[in-house]
Amino acid sequence: MIEIRIHGRGGQGNVVAAYLLAIAASDSGLQCQAFPAFGAERRGAPVVAFVRIAEVPISRRNQVLHPAYLIIQDQTLLHEPGLTDGLLPGGAILLNSTRSSDEMSKQLGKPTVTLPATAMALETVSKDVPNVPLLSAFLTLTGLLPHKSLVHALEQRFKGEVLEKNKQLVELAADRVPAGLWKEDRLAASA
Amino acid sequence: MQQALEGSQAIAKTVAQCRPQVVAAYPITPQTHIVENISKLIADGVLDCEMVSVESEFSAASVVLGAVAAGSRSYTATSSQGLLLMAEVLYNIAGMRLPMVLTCANRAVSAPISIWNDHQDSMAVRDAGWIQLYCSSNQEAVDTTVQAFRISERTELPVMVCVDGFTLTHTLEIIDLPEQKQVDAFLPSFHFSRTLDPQQPITLGTLVTPDYFTEIRHAHHRAMLKAADEIVAADKDWQAISGRASGGLIREEGAKHADTAILAIGSVLGTLREAMAQYEGEKIKLLTLRCFRPFPEDELRRMCKGVKKLIVLERALSPGAGGIIGAEVRAALSRMAQPPEVYNYAAGLGGRDMPLDLLERILKASSKPARDAFSIFDVQLQKLPAGER
Repeated sequence: MIEIRIHGRGGQGNVVAAYLLAIAASDSGLQCQAFPAFGAERRGAPVVAFVRIAEVPISRRNQVLHPAYLIIQDQTLLHEPGLTDGLLPGGAILLNSTRSSDEMSKQLGKPTVTLPATAMALETVSKDVPNVPLLSAFLTLTGLLPHKSLVHALEQRFKGEVLEKNKQLVELAADRVPAGLWKEDRLAASA
Repeated sequence: MQQALEGSQAIAKTVAQCRPQVVAAYPITPQTHIVENISKLIADGVLDCEMVSVESEFSAASVVLGAVAAGSRSYTATSSQGLLLMAEVLYNIAGMRLPMVLTCANRAVSAPISIWNDHQDSMAVRDAGWIQLYCSSNQEAVDTTVQAFRISERTELPVMVCVDGFTLTHTLEIIDLPEQKQVDAFLPSFHFSRTLDPQQPITLGTLVTPDYFTEIRHAHHRAMLKAADEIVAADKDWQAISGRASGGLIREEGAKHADTAILAIGSVLGTLREAMAQYEGEKIKLLTLRCFRPFPEDELRRMCKGVKKLIVLERALSPGAGGIIGAEVRAALSRMAQPPEVYNYAAGLGGRDMPLDLLERILKASSKPARDAFSIFDVQLQKLPAGER
């Protein structure tokens, strides 16, 4: 089983990101679970969501304390204490940032890949919703699921122009990070 | 059909398959997405139903009360303060023996304000005379919803389906939604035996003098006890159609000849089940109390035969007394020749996470004789002023 924690700010589509990733996993024939850690949600406030993906049914419902990956949708969150707490040894971070992966890996002391997802989202959908490019990059890095599953998940959620633009974002982001850098093969393990 | 769905969305779709004729709800906090999704299904023409959006939960309950009395299959959903605001009407619905289904998305009760999950809300109305079924997964929430309508209509008692707020309602997971024809085969259309009819007028919920009130309470109590058979039958019959069982009154899992049993309620069972893997081969079993009202005393005693230690883990309490389920379990077990020793804890209050190692820590805490009959687990005393520890 793979556990993922997604950090963002209210309005960035944090919960949607978790749901999309889980729906994409389900589309690939895997078991999934996604849920938000609710706080007093409001635009701009830090929010957290969790995703579990496995080959076997998932029955635990506790919060993800030891994620294999962190997806951080907003680099201003790096000041939050405890942001990277619990990341498993060998775990990695995907960060929405305009700075380089090397620089951020050094700063965070953990393998980090950066993607300028906000700029990509602003260019394509004219909104600061970095979630879809980050998910696309995450799939490229891990090879966890095919990108077409993410597209299928988007098709369940969006329609018309919004859907088309999000599909463009999937394509744009897919080639921006090294494929298979975090080759993932822990799906079959029970925990 | 298997779909990755948010719990509240799956429940809404299932309610729609049960073809309610009236849904009344207060649409704002502490409401969940359930009624929002039902109103979408109505707007999309998927469900033919009267949706009444009211100004309070008191009115929501009052509207469904009237709707059932007029012969319509009716449904409502609420949570925490909303359920408490309904309390007076809940007693009326049950006292008039009106069948209906209510989903309670379990959440803590204020003050202090908490939007998060525990069971204080439904426990607060446990004496209202409603059947209460607790779900440990979204799949069970879906299947129990279908069963609830049949149980309710056959027993003429209202059924509260208790589903953990957020932990289930806002979790997206793969859920096997029933086919419409499966639901139709299980659930016949609704004909209320005492439908209000101007041609043959009757009165519901009228004044009853001391000459009869005792007898009516007796009849209600008896009807609740008898409902246990319908709850078991509904689970069996729905399993025959859907292939899925939801746990009858109490579900028993783990070692056959266990000397330690853990009894819990709601979604924490999923986490406990996974944590049980490390105790394989040990004499430990899990008891999922699915049906809290009627309280399955006989079943509980049968499952506790030979058990030396019973840990009752619950998510609400009666301040000044202790555990609510714990007290009822102790009362039921007192009729056994050799009852297990009961350890009673409350945990997961107001959304406190119940991690995977909770089972291990609770088993450890119960390895020595309990100092108190009940305690709240995981209290971090340093967070309290010295005088309140």
